[in-house]
Amino acid sequence: MTTQRKAVALISGGLDSMLAAKAMLEQGIHVEGINFYTGFCVEGHTHAIRKQDQKKVKRNNALWTAEQLGIKLHIIDVIDEYKDVLINPKHGYGANMNPCLDCKVFMVKKAHEWMLENDFDFIITGEVVGQRPMSQRRDTMNTVQKETQVGDLLVRPLCVQNLPATLPEREGWIKRDELFDFSGRSRKPQIALAKKYGFDDYAQPAGGCCFLTNEHYSKKLIDLWQFRGDKQYDLEDILMLKIGRHIRPRPNFKLIIGREEGENKFMEGYRKQFPYFFCQSHAGPLALCYGENMSLEDIEIAARVVARFGQGKDSEEVTVVFNPPNEEPQALKVKPYAVSEIPGEWYV
Amino acid sequence: MSKHSLDVRGQLCPIPVIRTQNQVKKLATGDILEVVCTDPGVKQDIPAWCRINGHSVIDIETRDTAEIVVTLEVGLE
Repeated sequence: MTTQRKAVALISGGLDSMLAAKAMLEQGIHVEGINFYTGFCVEGHTHAIRKQDQKKVKRNNALWTAEQLGIKLHIIDVIDEYKDVLINPKHGYGANMNPCLDCKVFMVKKAHEWMLENDFDFIITGEVVGQRPMSQRRDTMNTVQKETQVGDLLVRPLCVQNLPATLPEREGWIKRDELFDFSGRSRKPQIALAKKYGFDDYAQPAGGCCFLTNEHYSKKLIDLWQFRGDKQYDLEDILMLKIGRHIRPRPNFKLIIGREEGENKFMEGYRKQFPYFFCQSHAGPLALCYGENMSLEDIEIAARVVARFGQGKDSEEVTVVFNPPNEEPQALKVKPYAVSEIPGEWYV
Repeated sequence: MSKHSLDVRGQLCPIPVIRTQNQVKKLATGDILEVVCTDPGVKQDIPAWCRINGHSVIDIETRDTAEIVVTLEVGLE
């Protein structure tokens, strides 16, 4: 009797990992998915917060993909372990704060551990040679195999014909000639394959599925680290970088100003942890303050900034309340800054 | 069969799903788990996770406090 082989598939929620898993299912392999939650994943958070996004279907694409494929999905929280990948990437960063190669090494290593613990036979990914400038080049794909010790148990079904044969191919567990030779940045082969498999709804997020590839997000992360004087962070920090306008009028404090009702409502949950400002005399945003050693002048500057984003922005005087945690609130009567008075460099 | 509860208020998806997944691993087939959440994303994500992993959602209740309570029955592993 032939043993049914088992593969664990890295499922991001995007099209390529979906196709790679489907290709293995087509060959009779038992596939289960694994999805790593780093805290920087694009899905979920901002859709849950912003009112303008609330009409969108709030689906988790990795779960949705697994359901389309009819496979189990294991979601693994790697928030703490991932810090070392982001803070000390051996292979450096990409165009922004994205440590893509170290990230891929980390995830394949974790998937390999999971494979061994759960008695699976090999790992599959949706990688395509030449598709990504950092983690999906022929040389860096070799690096992933070497640094993870996974060796020839890592199969990339979408480009397997461009790479040396892996153990599952040599052993006849999977048929190489029924797999693919995709390469480069074109998406046409994947779209054609999706059509062949009958997938007409799939996620293809521009810029990938990670906030660290986003220039604005990366700037905010660097600003946070500079303010802190080290590169530490927790989940709350990186979540806060996804919401609001971030304005740093002085090196010792930053304001996070809600851009709409959903963000204001979300930030209300943090009023016991952070000093915050709100407009009392006019409708306006809630602003959380990340700061230390704030002088009276700093507080007045912050109040004028907050007033600028409220409905009293053209008024001569706006009352803004400053609420430090565990202290009495202070009401300040201030003149809102004009747009031209807020220097561009204050915006993080 | 026993009843259990999990409080994931204030957590945003996929954390409520991960915590549900980790809690269910400790339970037996037929056990009931009530997950108290605030992120509306759980209305899609926890049922999707249950469907692909063989568990059943018995009820989803949205309370006046904007809390969402998802009740599920643990299936066969």
